[in-house]
Amino acid sequence: MSLDKEKIKHVAKLARISVDDAKVESLTKDLNSIFKFIEQLNELNTDKVEPLTSILNQSLRSRKDEISDGKIREKILKNSPKENEEFFVVPKVVE
Amino acid sequence: MADITNQSLNEIIENVKTKKVSSTDLTKAYIKNIESAKKLNAFVSTTFDQALDKAKQFDSKPNFDQLLPGIPLAVKDLFCTENTKTTAGSNILNNFIPSYESTVTKNLWDNGSFLLGKLNCDEFAMGSSNETSHYGNVINPVGDQLVPGGSSGGSSSALAADLTPATIGTDTGGSIRQPASFTGTVGLKPTYGLCSRWGIVAFASSLDQAGPMTKTIKDCAIMLESMSGFDEKDSTSINKKKEQYSKNLKDNIKGLKIGIPKEYRVDNMPKEVDELWEKGKKILKDLGAQLIDISLPHTKYALPTYYIVAPAEASSNLARYDGVRYGYRSKQGKDLIEMYEKTRSEGFGDEVKRRILIGTYVLSSGYYDAYYLKAQKVRQLIKKDFDDSFKKIDAILTPSTPSSAFKIGEKTNDPVSMYLNDIFTVPVNLAGIPALSLPAGVDNQGHPLGLQLIGKALDEQKILNIGYAFEKNCGFKNEIKKWWS
Repeated sequence: MSLDKEKIKHVAKLARISVDDAKVESLTKDLNSIFKFIEQLNELNTDKVEPLTSILNQSLRSRKDEISDGKIREKILKNSPKENEEFFVVPKVVE
Repeated sequence: MADITNQSLNEIIENVKTKKVSSTDLTKAYIKNIESAKKLNAFVSTTFDQALDKAKQFDSKPNFDQLLPGIPLAVKDLFCTENTKTTAGSNILNNFIPSYESTVTKNLWDNGSFLLGKLNCDEFAMGSSNETSHYGNVINPVGDQLVPGGSSGGSSSALAADLTPATIGTDTGGSIRQPASFTGTVGLKPTYGLCSRWGIVAFASSLDQAGPMTKTIKDCAIMLESMSGFDEKDSTSINKKKEQYSKNLKDNIKGLKIGIPKEYRVDNMPKEVDELWEKGKKILKDLGAQLIDISLPHTKYALPTYYIVAPAEASSNLARYDGVRYGYRSKQGKDLIEMYEKTRSEGFGDEVKRRILIGTYVLSSGYYDAYYLKAQKVRQLIKKDFDDSFKKIDAILTPSTPSSAFKIGEKTNDPVSMYLNDIFTVPVNLAGIPALSLPAGVDNQGHPLGLQLIGKALDEQKILNIGYAFEKNCGFKNEIKKWWS
């Protein structure tokens, strides 16, 4: 299988990363060589193998659904590139 | 007095405890070293004033019962540190100041140490040479043209150059062990779940694990003891009693069974790596261990598996960097979507973008079964290889890396050749088990090489013990000339 430029542009769109045309060229080359390497896995028959979904022999713990934190709005907003007193501010979404 | 920084962590702790040196003098000595080592570019930021305050506080009211009494430590810039900028080596976090402390760093501070500064690393820990950092590449103290390994390259460089008495890194596919091998130091990737992942900038959550990087095995045991432990805030943290790794360190390895996997003898491996492996086997055999040939048949599929699993998890983890809540935001972008796209394009470097795209692709509709599900199945086979082997052996001995440190720029144009560096370290992350890289010798250019000891899950004490016995009998001495100061 090979990835063409259109496919790469589509994946970049899904990943929300803008890629200019000059970059698409080198990305196509790099990603194809990586996928060629990855596709060695096709040599293996894995029909009867269960996928490994957790490395630990324990299931995820559950916890009580209760508030353990709070009143930290200021702290959280402090790192925002743009905010007013209570909200994160983004470019206009609704006209 | 001789150089107080040119010693092991354990010796430095003894010197503090016996009042041969104060925490303040120790901190000042490291600050001096760091200031004269700017060429190495090991630090992204420093916290000297805070460190001196903490040292002063310690000296006025010392508590010598702690594991790390009055010890200044620099840590990889992937650990969130409260009120101290944390960049993960990325432009997208160039202004991020966490309002919380990662659990492992908090554990270190609770044991008496304090922060000296944040160490450079590959961007989001994605790299094997520290060349993907937005803050510039790091130089290996072993030689001015050499990479320090990666992704914990600032950590390995700073440790080998005496800029911190010990440090911590993270290891997703070899990011502690490979830089340790390249700098003649000790690095341990613990069992998945032994050290909390809470507050560590996430790369691939099913593989990421923090661990110590030190000059000696004893130091490694002290650091592991200090940083590990159950944490409610990490859903995959293992709930078990804390071990006293340093106190329980023993150098008697008589009768232990050491597996030698034939699949780790790869094509084109330099002769010196093979010779070093032979030397390692002989040392362990002379100490009374029994060598047993084993097979880990799916070894060659570990790297291709890793390059599906890790990017898939990364693409999901890194979706959070959108320029809205924290981090960098592009000034361009007319609407919300364009703002996201420009922010991520300007904020991430090339390697991170590559991996996000790989991950997005393998998880996308129509391809999931062919890639991600396939990789999860092969991961099962890799884990089973180890499980089967550990029924008849105690530990496995392999080389840590297929070569010594390579030159800066040597592998940057070919991603796959860079990835191949992690060929011996990646299987362990996929299986979630612990592995230790220990310095064992040098190649014909005098560059350090390491050997890797792999243990079964939660068997850190055993591999530390083997490493301890090995270290005493190996005769390796890391001779680094301080050419940079």
